[in-house]
Amino acid sequence: MKAAAFAYARATSVVNALELLAAHGDRAKVLSGGQSLMPAMNLRLLSPDILVDIGGLAELRGIAVRGNVLVVGALTRHVDMLRSPEIALHAPLLRDAVAHVAHPAIRNRGTIGGSLAHADPASELPPCVVALDATVVIRGPAGERRIAATEFFKGIYETALSPDELLVAIELPVAGQGSTFFFQEYARRHGDYAIVGLAARAVVAVGGFTDLRLGFFAVGDRPLLAAAAGKLVNASVTPALLAEAATALADELDPQEDQQATAAMRRHLAAVLLRRCVAALLARPELEAGAAT
Amino acid sequence: MSAPVSVSLRVNGEPIDALVLPRLNLADFLRENLKLTGTHVGCEHGVCGACTVRIDGEIVRSCLMLTVQAQGASVETIEGLSDSGEIADLQAAFRERNALQCGYCTPAMLMTAQDLLKQTLVPDRQTIREHLSGNYCRCTGYQAIVDAVEATARTRAERPA
Repeated sequence: MKAAAFAYARATSVVNALELLAAHGDRAKVLSGGQSLMPAMNLRLLSPDILVDIGGLAELRGIAVRGNVLVVGALTRHVDMLRSPEIALHAPLLRDAVAHVAHPAIRNRGTIGGSLAHADPASELPPCVVALDATVVIRGPAGERRIAATEFFKGIYETALSPDELLVAIELPVAGQGSTFFFQEYARRHGDYAIVGLAARAVVAVGGFTDLRLGFFAVGDRPLLAAAAGKLVNASVTPALLAEAATALADELDPQEDQQATAAMRRHLAAVLLRRCVAALLARPELEAGAAT
Repeated sequence: MSAPVSVSLRVNGEPIDALVLPRLNLADFLRENLKLTGTHVGCEHGVCGACTVRIDGEIVRSCLMLTVQAQGASVETIEGLSDSGEIADLQAAFRERNALQCGYCTPAMLMTAQDLLKQTLVPDRQTIREHLSGNYCRCTGYQAIVDAVEATARTRAERPA
């Protein structure tokens, strides 16, 4: 189908974009890469009165390292993250995740800001920023505010953004010594939305975890930072302990049933990913084979 | 409300100025306004890949891009790639290997395959499949398409620079 009629404003600056958003409130939608917004509009799931196109705002582009923080501008495209040496060095989890996002033609347009603000529970970048303990930088009429990624996602397509605010950047702590990462998802075909996925960051020392952040996605209405990870930190990871963590994880999950998978299948796959992740990060393949639940 | 917007862009090297409604997507603009009907429209929500074109040298879905977003951009369609001879060998390989039947996906399949061949000298079959994974073909079963892309890559690699 075709999108319903709407008005179009090409923002000339962040300030101008905020003025437009203030004037039109929730009748406006922000257009960055449009790779989620345009399908929703073409399917008539959304029909905003006006689109505020921020695509030309150079001030929202770019990847830079400032001290211990990696700053990724909202308009940074998926393809930019795939190719960025800074991302590869400081946040390789993002690069690994982006390889699973749709297809090259989509990755040439889609942006990190757009993906996070859209907040699809099955998309790859939200769990990454949660696992990486990122901060979302938001600008609004009252100025700039920062919010932890763990507080940013509120539900299916729901975030902490108000209609008059703009997501301008993501700040990520640079990967420290000993940091390792894991990204895997189950999807029907490469590039499809995940059935269940896991984005993880860990610090491994002398054979165990001193830190472990597990960001599961497509298992609920928003990315889940699994509390079950706590059971595996500063502990000797045995098959029994891993089974205990898997049980704790199952209790935390609230997966939906849809045409792709039942809730029970999602719980099962999440546990499989947990075991795979722990086995890979600790380089102990025998843990993956552990009791299949 | 939703007044026409003026837009200036290049299409296959030719400068174009137009006044378009914001809702007009680039695929429809190319097909309806410019009569460049080699860009096909399948699903209209970014899944089938039939509308793939090149913007400033990078492939994109023209059904997921508004014409007004192409302000200042250089758009290349299958007509441009075909007329310039850039993909003549790839087209010949598709023909020789029967890598098409109804032909609906073919322009975008060529566009996407050429994008891969520009980035990777001799991609393996898995890489070819992954790069083409966003382009649906309902006729061939893909095998012949992958063959044609692979054959073109090999021939190009052997060709003296």
